Amino acid sequence: MSAPRSLFDKLWDTHVVVPESEDAPAILFIDLHLVHEVTSPQAFAVLEERGLSVRRPDLTQATLDHSTPTLPAGADGRLPYATEAAEKQVHQLEANCAKYGIDLLGLDDARRGIVHVIGPEMGLTQPGKTIVCGDSHTSTHGAFGALAFGIGTTEVGHVLATQCVLQRKPKSMRITFEGALSPGVGAKDMALAMIAQIGADGGQGYAVEFAGEAVEALSMEGRMTLCNMAIEAGARVGMIAPDETTFAYLEGRERAPQGEDWDAAVARWRELPSDPEASFDTEVTVDAAAIRPMITYGVSPDAAAPVTGNAPAPANDSEREAAEYMRFAADRPFAEAKVDRVFIGSCTNSRLSDLREAAEVMRGRTVADGVTALIVPGSEAIRQQAEAEGLDAVFTQAGAEWRLPGCSMCIAMNGDQGAPGELVVSTSNRNFVGRQGKGVRTVLAGPATAAACAIAGHIADPSQYMSTEARDAA
Amino acid sequence: MQPDPFKRLEARTLVVRQSNIDTDQIIPARFLTTTTREGLGANAFYDWRYTADDQPKNASPFPVAGAGDRQVLVAGPNFGCGSSREHAPWALLDYGFRAVVSSDIADIFKSNSLKNGLLPVEVDAETHAALLERPGVAIAIDLEECTLTTEDGIEARFAVEPFARRCLLDGVDPLGHILAHDAQIAEYEAAA
Repeated sequence: MSAPRSLFDKLWDTHVVVPESEDAPAILFIDLHLVHEVTSPQAFAVLEERGLSVRRPDLTQATLDHSTPTLPAGADGRLPYATEAAEKQVHQLEANCAKYGIDLLGLDDARRGIVHVIGPEMGLTQPGKTIVCGDSHTSTHGAFGALAFGIGTTEVGHVLATQCVLQRKPKSMRITFEGALSPGVGAKDMALAMIAQIGADGGQGYAVEFAGEAVEALSMEGRMTLCNMAIEAGARVGMIAPDETTFAYLEGRERAPQGEDWDAAVARWRELPSDPEASFDTEVTVDAAAIRPMITYGVSPDAAAPVTGNAPAPANDSEREAAEYMRFAADRPFAEAKVDRVFIGSCTNSRLSDLREAAEVMRGRTVADGVTALIVPGSEAIRQQAEAEGLDAVFTQAGAEWRLPGCSMCIAMNGDQGAPGELVVSTSNRNFVGRQGKGVRTVLAGPATAAACAIAGHIADPSQYMSTEARDAA
Repeated sequence: MQPDPFKRLEARTLVVRQSNIDTDQIIPARFLTTTTREGLGANAFYDWRYTADDQPKNASPFPVAGAGDRQVLVAGPNFGCGSSREHAPWALLDYGFRAVVSSDIADIFKSNSLKNGLLPVEVDAETHAALLERPGVAIAIDLEECTLTTEDGIEARFAVEPFARRCLLDGVDPLGHILAHDAQIAEYEAAA
């Protein structure tokens, strides 16, 4: 009998090309390299300098998402890029992909979208794979039982040239969500509650596996939201064991195995979940039944609390500075805070189920006076599905803006951003100072809560706007 | 591109006490549209150094002209959290820092820093607290000995991942290291 292994151990073991030693990290093979315009130009430049080629263009997929406008081309046919540099960066990736034979989802490709949305959507993201991208939210793909983590640009160069990265095996942590979620509580609320519990650096140095009844009950979209936020707890890797939900999501997708290959793949994937006796360096339990719809009130994602509550009193200098920046008065209800702008989108919460959840709240209602609401689907495919269901009409009739896919206000480098001092409720992943524009105060929330804030014009509990069925489905 | 070798650094500290200083603080995302790695020091901690209308802030801990002799940034816990942007260490280096000291430093930032010759130094809580109280103190960071000492008697040891340490001390090239295992990679691919 071999020793019991975790999902992470199995993923690690099957990808070691050269084992780690005291002197050197392991050389780990990468099954899927996702590339976007922001973190790749300097890596391609290194290939150029050193006369290297891309070792496995067939395992490399590029997309455009961070710098791309979410508004259509103007009358002159030109896209409204934020700056010349942004446009140049897009063209640079087009040129690099053409030169090295990498498939790029270009601006006119019906499959284009946010890098962490298109991988799963195309069926490229699969259980058992190692997946990297020059983007910290690569942890998203762990939702499929893949070993997925963000890398820097130097490492992007390493993977382009060798299809490998140098890695020390991180410690392992299992976070078990015990019990079932209450109605109206979703994956984003789980993520924020988990981060509030373990801290923004609670997962540092760990590969995290999420487990438990509430995790198993999540849709693939929900699992992606949860794994996406692993990095906000400091963990580069978040993952969930593949199961029937995973297989049902992937079956029939363009790049998923087909026919006999599919059956063989599913048989392999069934072997991946952690053995019952597998041990972890750290175990954490979260009381899932106690989680309520959450928001953040500070400038770090661990400053999260139930939306129906009061702002806590700051406990130290960092928290005092955060409270001053966010202008939440201690011991006053969050609901007193007026909202200026709402953003529903990002690799955390821009999938069809997220848009449906937001639409359920906004249907037949109107965005409050003085509030701007931006709805940005995660991909072209999602945009088309949402439009086929009439969700775009729900949003625009409510007075929200329906945009083209991209990262948009999550990172605010394409021109979509808030104004100084504005309070922005956002379904994205980071509430850092200035993340969504200079001086912008960001409150993170799930799609239903963000939509409720848009309707109410202040921080609001979504449950008042949700039907019983919608609460059960969220 | 190989960083300059790092053996021993003698400099002064610049202290920012805040916890969770994220990579958006180190270099805001609007500066990430660059396609090169040069000149990013001008954007390092930009919104800490400049007002909304681009005027230098008087109260900023970061001098407009650069780090000068304060090449060691001492910061609160969880420094470098957030995005994977390697622009963060590029910006800090170009601004003039050669080392960052904290009680804990975020994983991806740490990895990126080591690849560029910006030494991330994680010290025990007591040393960290003492350094936070001594802005501008003369400090020596010795990578060969893995020691940190100050002019007024703080002495601490720190750990650096051994391969990254060798890369910095001896100029070992990580990409060259992987390329040297080309045969094993090909063997792995053939078996897959």
